[in-house]
Amino acid sequence: MAQSNNSIKKILTVAFALCIVCSIIVSTAAVALRAKQQLNQELDRKTNILNVAGLYEPGDDVAERFQQVTPKVVNLRTGEYTDEFDPNKYSGFEAARDPAQSRTLSGERDIAGLSRQENYSTVYLVGDPQNPEQLILPIRGQGLWGLMRGYLAVEGDGNTIVGITYYSHSETPGLGAKVDTPRWKAKWDGKKIYGEGGDTDPEIGLVKGGADAKTEVDALSGATLTSNGVSNMLEFWLGPQGFGKYLAKFRSGIDQEAVKTVSIDEPEGA
Amino acid sequence: MSAPTAKGVLTTPIFKNNPIALQILGICSALAVTSSMSVSLVMSLAVIFVTAFSNFFVSLIRHHIPSSIRIIVQMTIIASLVIVVDQILKAYAYEMSKQLSVFVGLIITNCIVMGRAEGFAMTNSPGLSFLDGVGNGIGYGFILMTVGFFRELFGSGSVFGFTVLEPVATGGWYVPNGLMLLPPSAFFIIGFIIWGLRAINPEQVEENEFEMKANTQPKEAV
Repeated sequence: MAQSNNSIKKILTVAFALCIVCSIIVSTAAVALRAKQQLNQELDRKTNILNVAGLYEPGDDVAERFQQVTPKVVNLRTGEYTDEFDPNKYSGFEAARDPAQSRTLSGERDIAGLSRQENYSTVYLVGDPQNPEQLILPIRGQGLWGLMRGYLAVEGDGNTIVGITYYSHSETPGLGAKVDTPRWKAKWDGKKIYGEGGDTDPEIGLVKGGADAKTEVDALSGATLTSNGVSNMLEFWLGPQGFGKYLAKFRSGIDQEAVKTVSIDEPEGA
Repeated sequence: MSAPTAKGVLTTPIFKNNPIALQILGICSALAVTSSMSVSLVMSLAVIFVTAFSNFFVSLIRHHIPSSIRIIVQMTIIASLVIVVDQILKAYAYEMSKQLSVFVGLIITNCIVMGRAEGFAMTNSPGLSFLDGVGNGIGYGFILMTVGFFRELFGSGSVFGFTVLEPVATGGWYVPNGLMLLPPSAFFIIGFIIWGLRAINPEQVEENEFEMKANTQPKEAV
């Protein structure tokens, strides 16, 4: 038996037949379940967006709730909306990997540790798109162990924070991973992104011990590097390289001309 | 060893011949996915499914597997089953699959699955191999659930997500032990389990590889 099993013909036949059978099983499972999986991912993303806006309670119908949210694609350089992409399909995260749709970041410009940044990003508007109650902005940046991805919800005034959430991170359990606890997230409600002056430099940041000012949030104890990561990514995404120009349009009492003259160093190859 | 019986192959891997505690296999995933009980449970079910069916299919075609490519044949079967499990989890238990992340895929490299396919399924009938797979999966799951119970209880004060010890963070009295949420804590717990099992079954204790010599006397040193 062993002899005949080890003939070259037998080996090739068994290997070939097994591969065919296994690949049929695997591809059947993948194809049959794909629709369901995509639905799950979509639902998960929408739940995260609703969560940060404080519009979701467990058990709610996500699809129904999400009807009050309008996705829009924003040109980060100008702060204007664009119709170039379908906001339901466009992903800034994926665009950042495409050299044609993104730019390289390095040195001081790359405080969030991203290496590449997309030129367009999706924002989610809650309520009337012309005069939204809340703006939900995707943010991401390096924490201690890896990339942290989340959303920041800002009120229609473009300055007051409603909430922050991280749906993907690999921070230390019990320390840095507290970015995801309700107790810490609750500290963000009502904080201001920008100071009194009318510029696009965000002042919001995490401070150790006694966050009193409107632009300060308590840092996570025992997680200095995670806290720095959160501060840096907010400074990046809310500054002139991120949503700074876009948010400026919503802020009243700031000199619109002054905002326009805030220049960004044009990166090479942009 | 006498011929394996259905009852024997199903029950011995739980205490007498536990894949984790006696054979010290599959430690990697036992460290990684045991921070909560519900995750441990899903992981255990996934492993039971994979060991059972990989044993079954390997045993089914064991007379036709050329010995020169048998490991690859086993791996192909195991890998296909794991991908199917991963796809099913992503479709029907999305939250859970996010928490298990890469560790479902890593069942492929779990030595228990491969070990049973090579060590048992290649020489036994499909029915018996299937039961052996279930038994070893349960043995693995038993350790996972035990470790998960202690880690979740002391690390987050809950069992299966239900709060038992009210943590300070939500206004209770219990200060959660952060170490328990980190993978190294599973080493300690698995160590205690192995100690306990070997205290009950002294025949599991391995013989010392080296004999410790008596201390050197001052006289000898001179």
